[in-house]
Amino acid sequence: MLQTRIIPCLLLKDESLVKTVNFKKPAYIGDPVNTARIFNELEVDELVLLDISATNNNRKPDFKILAELANECFMPLAYGGGINNFEDAKKIFKIGIEKIIINSVTFTNPSLITQLSEHFGNQAIVVSIDVKKNMFGKYQVYSNSGTKKQKVDPVAWAQKLEQLGTGEILLTAIHQEGTWNGFDIDLLEKVSNAVNIPVIANGGAASINNIVKAVKQGCASAVCLGSMVVYQNKGMGVLVNFPNKTDLDNALNNNIKNI
Amino acid sequence: MITIVDYGMGNLGSGFNMFKKIGVSSRITSDLEEIKSAKKLLLPGVGSFDKAMEKINTSGIKEVLDQKVLVEETPILGICLGMQLLTNSSEEGTEKGLGYINASGKKFIFNDNKMKVPHMGWNTVKKATPSLLTQDFEEESRFYFVHSYYVEVENQENSILKTTYGLEFDSAIQHKNVYGAQFHPEKSHKFGMKLFENFAKI
Repeated sequence: MLQTRIIPCLLLKDESLVKTVNFKKPAYIGDPVNTARIFNELEVDELVLLDISATNNNRKPDFKILAELANECFMPLAYGGGINNFEDAKKIFKIGIEKIIINSVTFTNPSLITQLSEHFGNQAIVVSIDVKKNMFGKYQVYSNSGTKKQKVDPVAWAQKLEQLGTGEILLTAIHQEGTWNGFDIDLLEKVSNAVNIPVIANGGAASINNIVKAVKQGCASAVCLGSMVVYQNKGMGVLVNFPNKTDLDNALNNNIKNI
Repeated sequence: MITIVDYGMGNLGSGFNMFKKIGVSSRITSDLEEIKSAKKLLLPGVGSFDKAMEKINTSGIKEVLDQKVLVEETPILGICLGMQLLTNSSEEGTEKGLGYINASGKKFIFNDNKMKVPHMGWNTVKKATPSLLTQDFEEESRFYFVHSYYVEVENQENSILKTTYGLEFDSAIQHKNVYGAQFHPEKSHKFGMKLFENFAKI
């Protein structure tokens, strides 16, 4: 049976791993390659690495760190941050990274999605959608690490991305990210049910129950974990960890059977 | 020494990295002479069937592979698209495959929108015909898959592993010295390492 992918999501800023809350207040976590090595030993399903300052600082991806990562990790890797052209994407695939994640460039040059997907296959092209709920409860899409508001509706945008050749959507709820308050299930459900490509839930995970809810109610194909896998617990110190695989499997399988 | 065939498509670095990890030497090459002298071949591949076959056909790699695989009976392992290329054809394209195994590629078609295509993620395998490639696999071995087309063998004896995603398909195949795996062993932790070790020992 196909297992739900549970994916640590690591944030890179100036060569260090950090963890943010609502895309703000980056707190130091550790060295990216060492941390990735621990997740490799924990045999995690997949790893997502996002450079959260590359685009805003007009910087290219850090190819050196990516190469070190690819040498150490024997699971699929997805990288996002600062990718805005075909050549850089090609370089990342050559290093041995399976998937690239793009966001800001999809608003300035949406045809890049099609070009990348035709060349590398859509399974390799993940588009990230960052969404913030405003005070009236309306969902708004942001690019540039949550700093630039875009005039698109998340559901319509997801459908458009699918048409353009996107293989997967990484859906992040900015208002939940780093809060340990669980995923935004309503947002997830709306987007997942509107597209035929996998949607990865991101932002807010605190427990196995949250994960199950994202899959069962939110119809997520995969789930990203941030704070939960780099901190011992809410408000506590850094501890790289991963939920017990048997507990996860049991929780996911039992609940999915009960639908 | 494993010779990883570079025909211009696919994730070559990851296979090389995993062989290094398990202490098996390998080289990535597109040089026909180096392919001719290979003791063991790895055919990787990510991308579309026709594009891959065009590259193999126009680069002269096809003739060399035919000689190695069919005449010299050099062991070859195709991975993902590389496995599909070992078969006769695929619904993905119109080009003929290498035809080393009597099988063909079909497209996953589901009406349920919960069954996403590509089939992407970790899935388990079930042993079919015993093979050196799958020897001593742990129970509940799981592998990372990413594919929109699956392979169906003509003769069941060529199916060595089976996996279920909406339907049961052949996730690893073998005919004599020709081996194929639909999943990515190079991205499947210790389970993939076991498969690579087995291939290195053949």
